[in-house]
Amino acid sequence: MSDEFPPQVFRITRADLVRYCGASGDFNVIHWSDRLATKVGLPGVIAHGMFTMALAGRAVTAWAGAADAVEDFSVRFSRPVPVPDDDEGAEVIFTGRVKSTGDDGRTTIAVTATCNGETVLKLAQATIRKR
Amino acid sequence: MPLDLSFAGRSWPPTEPYLVGREKVREFASAIGATDPLHHDPEAARAAGYPDVVAPPTFPTVVTMRASRQIIEDPQLGLDYSRVVHGDQRFAYARQVVAGDSLICVNTVEEITQRGGHDFITTRTDVTTESGEAVLTAWSKLVQRGEER
Repeated sequence: MSDEFPPQVFRITRADLVRYCGASGDFNVIHWSDRLATKVGLPGVIAHGMFTMALAGRAVTAWAGAADAVEDFSVRFSRPVPVPDDDEGAEVIFTGRVKSTGDDGRTTIAVTATCNGETVLKLAQATIRKR
Repeated sequence: MPLDLSFAGRSWPPTEPYLVGREKVREFASAIGATDPLHHDPEAARAAGYPDVVAPPTFPTVVTMRASRQIIEDPQLGLDYSRVVHGDQRFAYARQVVAGDSLICVNTVEEITQRGGHDFITTRTDVTTESGEAVLTAWSKLVQRGEER
């Protein structure tokens, strides 16, 4: 395991948001209706914050090499991720680096997430158990 | 309307059990693009020492969001959900959630503050099995944006 993981790029399309609405039970209109999202002052439909966090989780577990490694996981949603109604959708780029490793083998990773060059998750970190 | 500050420190009675289904775990994992066999294949999960498929790290939001209606729909609190954005989220896991778990949530409001015309509410949800085994704790900070003047 190296100290950093190379940028992992995930694409989020409208179809992904629809699927996530159903899977998570979060049917907030701002995740599927441009009309209603703009009404509350958003640029349009945005991704669920929890969807972005879920992708951060994938980036971390992929790097850890274990889908069940995460023991603590926290983020701050600093900026929405707008998802245009086209084939490309939005692109979110995740990076991570080791912040600390405990004697017990637990490793804390600081994660960054950007969309269109802007930070969308702040203070994101995950503590993973070493296999 | 600002939030009722007297809600700070308040806890609610345990929620009805939420039974984690194997297909729900698979559906959630597929929706976030998580393809690891631990989330999909009971044999792979058993080989890794789990009784059934393992939920991805943010899966508990399915359970805790539903449970948090106890708080956010309490008319006395005064939360206008159309003005709410998700500020922070944290999960601390005692163990992984697996299909077959019957989960109970106890909600507590840890803190309510007001700053710059906005309200901030931090909730903690302690998630256990029906038999009382600790599974995880989730914290959410919600921000209620100030009304347009």
